[in-house]
Amino acid sequence: MEKLLLLGDEALAQGAIDAGMSGMYAYPGTPSTEIMEYVQRSKSAKERNIHRKWSANEKTAAESALGMSYAGKRSMCAMKHVGLNVAADCFMNSAITGANGGTIVAVADDPSMHSSQNEQDSRNYGKFALIPMLEPSSQQECYDMAFHAFDISERYQVPILLRLTTRLSHSRSGVAVKPFKNENELKLPEDKRQFVLLPAIARKRYKMLLANQEKFELESEESPFNKYINGKDKKLGIIACGISFNYLMENYQDTGCPYPVLKVSQYPLPRKHVEKLSSECERILVLEEGSPIVEEMLKGYLGNCLKVSGRLDGSLPRDGELNPNLVLKAVNGIPFQIESIPGVVAARPPKFCNGCGHIDAYNALNEVMKEYGDGHVLSDIGCYTLAALPPFNSINSCVDMGASITMAKGAADAGLFPAIAVIGDSTFTHSGMTGLLDAVIENTNMVVMILDNSTTGMTGGQDSHAVDRLVSICEGLGVHKDHIIRVTPLKKNHEEMVRIIRQEINYKGVSVIIPTRECMQTLKRKTKANK
Amino acid sequence: MKKDIILSGVGGQGILSIATVIGFAAIDSGLYMKQAEVHGMSQRGGDVQSHLRVSSNEIHSDLIPFGGADIILSIEPMESLRYLPYLSKEGWVITNSTPFDNIANYPDINAVKEEIKKIKNHILIDADDIAKNIGSPMSMNMVMVGAASDFLEIDFEKLEKGIRFIFGTKGEEVVKKNIEALYSGKEFSKKFRSR
Repeated sequence: MEKLLLLGDEALAQGAIDAGMSGMYAYPGTPSTEIMEYVQRSKSAKERNIHRKWSANEKTAAESALGMSYAGKRSMCAMKHVGLNVAADCFMNSAITGANGGTIVAVADDPSMHSSQNEQDSRNYGKFALIPMLEPSSQQECYDMAFHAFDISERYQVPILLRLTTRLSHSRSGVAVKPFKNENELKLPEDKRQFVLLPAIARKRYKMLLANQEKFELESEESPFNKYINGKDKKLGIIACGISFNYLMENYQDTGCPYPVLKVSQYPLPRKHVEKLSSECERILVLEEGSPIVEEMLKGYLGNCLKVSGRLDGSLPRDGELNPNLVLKAVNGIPFQIESIPGVVAARPPKFCNGCGHIDAYNALNEVMKEYGDGHVLSDIGCYTLAALPPFNSINSCVDMGASITMAKGAADAGLFPAIAVIGDSTFTHSGMTGLLDAVIENTNMVVMILDNSTTGMTGGQDSHAVDRLVSICEGLGVHKDHIIRVTPLKKNHEEMVRIIRQEINYKGVSVIIPTRECMQTLKRKTKANK
Repeated sequence: MKKDIILSGVGGQGILSIATVIGFAAIDSGLYMKQAEVHGMSQRGGDVQSHLRVSSNEIHSDLIPFGGADIILSIEPMESLRYLPYLSKEGWVITNSTPFDNIANYPDINAVKEEIKKIKNHILIDADDIAKNIGSPMSMNMVMVGAASDFLEIDFEKLEKGIRFIFGTKGEEVVKKNIEALYSGKEFSKKFRSR
């Protein structure tokens, strides 16, 4: 059979389309962005009119996907790990409401923080919400798991968390596809109060979720994605979760692993297999990307009767992503030597593209801020965060989507003057608007700069909800229209921008300055397409 | 057959077109392939790398182990050195010699070249210059594929086919220029090794 060459993200998307998905909801975030992008490019998604527009943020995406499940159809939402924090309210409660049509919450974690502000492990959320979780080890599993996930989601009326990590999200390999399934018909839940989480109903639903735990464990024990592979040498038993299974097998390409291996790609942990491994082997090594979740669980319920190694006892590093060398060292205890990088090699951090409008905006801001000294600019998540680096050194924070405005507000409340927030257009419509409302209500003395490049730039130029709406949104939230000022960030407008920033700092209240110029990446792409 | 290749360069230089051509040729030859890419922040002018693995047997890890790469194929000289921890003892460093200088503290290019010359198996090729000489500066990446072609154990015709597949929509002229670049790279590489 002919295979498609797909990224892990794309394989999941193709699997979901083929498994009868009716709607996909997402906000861009590395390394999850390509799931939605693939659905948007897909011919069959277009033919079947699968919903595939970006959402304002991860919470609205998760809620819309849940709504589609409520209506009986199969849906998926996708986000990066920190996006699940934004969607957590919906996510946790959807474990209690349960699903009607099958629904998948696909989350791509970023161990080693290649493009993120932390490396939280989304499996914590799955365990927290008490729902089944899948963690593929290959592109083929990404594809196959979409079918499996929708099936178990509908069998137990429960959302499924599917966890990817960067390496699988962004690695390409051949994937064999299956015949596609038809979409579900529109069908409301049999119990019309299933989704009404009033306390009396929620208590009942929660007991049902708890009662299902045993069945979820059975599902894991019988899952085609969990595998017990026997080995002769019982001195060690290895539990390899998700992609770490590949790093292990990489080291035993020709010979096969001499130790028994339990490959885990579906949670809750398959208890029967874990008990078999622990009863047969003298010691257990847990290989997992992210937090030592399985390791802690084993240590918890097996006490001191068995030795468990992993990230907690130093067999593996406590943080960062795994690789074949680290895994081999954890198995055989032999440290590995790596060649050093010649001293002549200089670091090459990412930077603004040539001609980027953010450069002109920051040059103007920097000139004004010279009068006030460092520490006045709270910023946010996006390309413009690169101004934290030399030569700009313009910003003093990058915490979470939207935090620039609310942190600037808090700092202004504390007496910081001037208090400046710098946020991008897409980040503003993601989570900045509500914070601006807080500031308007109290007429906080602060300046908000919305750097409008009319796209979600850092993730590669996805549509921004803010296009053509920023001024009316700010007006609607109650910012005085004389203090909503658009400027064009160009070198020739430098003096004008400096004057406006100064003027608005001196206005006692909320000002919004919107430097507006299209992203160089999207502009280049458009110019190329028009040729 | 197994070839583990680190592709390296600077975000925006287009190392992924190299991965796509070699990947296409590998799949078309019935081989297994895995290719890990870098997306996100580093694509904005930072250092980028891709792990490209091709084999006649199933491939497990998406990442090449340290000391395991058969080839470091780099379109920027300093970037070829950044990945030396991945190079195997008998591995080859095949690198463009034209620097991409987008940082304030880019080292003296001669010092970079001296470092590259210390590597037992290396090919230094001015792919930018060769591409310019054939009147197609954009084809620098395909010059580099050509320079590596003798080491790939993949039929040269399959690489040509890969170029046809990728650049086909851009017209016959673009295809021709890129195939010419492929040949020029191969030619130079052979000469470099026999000097």
